[in-house]
Amino acid sequence: MSSLEQALVTGSAPVERPPRRHPRLHGSDFIWSIAFVLPYAGVFAAFVIYPMGYALWMGSDPALYRELLSDPRYLRSAVNTVLFLGIAVNVQMFLAFLLSGFFARRRRWIKVLLIIYLLPWTLPAVPAFLSFHWMLVANERGLINRLLSVLFGIDGPIWFSHGWLALAWNIVADVWKWMPLWTLIFLGGRMAISQDLYDAAAVDGASLYRRFAHITVPLLANLYCISTLISTIWTAGDYTPILFVSGGTSAFASDVLSTLGFHYALDFANPPLGVAASLSVVPLLIPVVILLMRRLQVSEVQL
Amino acid sequence: MTTAAPWFGETRRRPRHRLRRFVVEAASAALGAVIAIWSLIPVYKMFLVALDPIGHSEFAGEVWPPHPTVAAFVALWTEEADDVEHIWRQFGNSLYIGVPVMALTVLVASLASFAIGRMRLGKDWTLSSAALLTYVIPPSALIVPFFRVMHVYGLLDSPWAVVAAEVTFATPYAILVLQHYAKLIPIELDDAARIDGASAVQVYLFIYVPLMAPALAAVGTYALLFAWNDYFYQYMLLLSEKHTTVAVALEQFFDDDDAPWNYMMAIAVVYSLPPIAIFYALRRYMASGLAAGGIKG
Repeated sequence: MSSLEQALVTGSAPVERPPRRHPRLHGSDFIWSIAFVLPYAGVFAAFVIYPMGYALWMGSDPALYRELLSDPRYLRSAVNTVLFLGIAVNVQMFLAFLLSGFFARRRRWIKVLLIIYLLPWTLPAVPAFLSFHWMLVANERGLINRLLSVLFGIDGPIWFSHGWLALAWNIVADVWKWMPLWTLIFLGGRMAISQDLYDAAAVDGASLYRRFAHITVPLLANLYCISTLISTIWTAGDYTPILFVSGGTSAFASDVLSTLGFHYALDFANPPLGVAASLSVVPLLIPVVILLMRRLQVSEVQL
Repeated sequence: MTTAAPWFGETRRRPRHRLRRFVVEAASAALGAVIAIWSLIPVYKMFLVALDPIGHSEFAGEVWPPHPTVAAFVALWTEEADDVEHIWRQFGNSLYIGVPVMALTVLVASLASFAIGRMRLGKDWTLSSAALLTYVIPPSALIVPFFRVMHVYGLLDSPWAVVAAEVTFATPYAILVLQHYAKLIPIELDDAARIDGASAVQVYLFIYVPLMAPALAAVGTYALLFAWNDYFYQYMLLLSEKHTTVAVALEQFFDDDDAPWNYMMAIAVVYSLPPIAIFYALRRYMASGLAAGGIKG
């Protein structure tokens, strides 16, 4: 007698058994689920584990890091990386969060504006950042400086001759490119919040600010946190704004570790040093990835 | 808590309400103008240079091209000038990489997320957390190792090497988004279909894929944009000229001081069109596809 028949005879057994969260897969189901994961497992083994192992092996010599630390260009790039990550990520997330409230207003012209606003995200990075470069280069005659002098009568500086100014423009370009994506994500999050909550709060006399602070903020907090962590990871590995906006200021004054790694590896023909320079971001990324995993598990419990 | 407060004296406060509404509308119109200018200035700059006959308007300090012409776009179309003679082949190469990246990311990520989230292979987040390990080492540190690895695989100078690299970096986020979205679909649907005799493959094809359409569209667009944004993997892994992509061609213009910038910006404008077209075709799905599952309640 099979367990099903037994259950049918005795009647109540299956009902009383608590539902199992992870029923054991068996037979063909197990084989199918393995088959479904196999493509990704293959990608992971061939293009994640192998190159990562190779990178760690290339950058495993302590002498490389002594060489890096004695190079002032490396120290400057490390500072730039921290500034670039800290400012670009937080500014774009915070503004995106606020702007998602603006775009959530149900007006026709705001819908049209959203389409324009998302344009930077859909533009490919290389031409978009090249356009930024040409707005700023050519000294007093670039579009930005021209506008500054026409509108305000100011002579704009030579932006890329100064490391900090160049870095600031790299940050502006990065925010310009990526803020629309996060705005869209927060907008999706806001739209998923039930309108009933706001209506109930309004009936209870909650002000606009309190509805924002006590409904929108707590419900979007996890999404904001996860998005910030992902944005940090992506920005740490992104080299296009630096490569194409400031395009290499003198003595790599506006470079970050990822682009300095290229210069070491390609221009100075020292690949191990380049890999070591890029790898030195990893101690920063490990806690971010761990936090992200934990956050995702927490949201699993809450949902 | 006094529930009566907002209703109290509603009529008396109407003039103040009207003033407040006017201020809010005026402020949002001003904010809208700022957003439009902020978003469009670099796009405007692209057209400014592309429409210039010799492409040197950025040196003349002009805010509007004095003699706008579409000559640069015509030159692209006919491939008549030396600098753009292979431009359509380069576009073909970019598409040959971008489309497989989009398709493979959607396929690989949806299969994996189906097995993990719906067939309950392992605990939900252990396997997708493993996928996130991809992000521990930034892509910039992996370029040199990828060069070596592709050499070992015999894929060097093949577009498929670039496809493999880009799928590798796009998939972890895709799995994450898909798993979040899948929470909106009741698991009972799968169970009911299984009881009716559907196989796992049938549940994937006829329940999971159709119901996940918004998230799959969002993930596919994300993957295409990822491929279109990339430059360094295309530059490093494709050696011969016949495999050059548009992103690499644009960079070569950038390196050359005497390059005709109007051609470069005309290429940039045309290169921007495919992702914009895809995005606007699928835009209804994007916001909900990327974020809907991330909210509790």
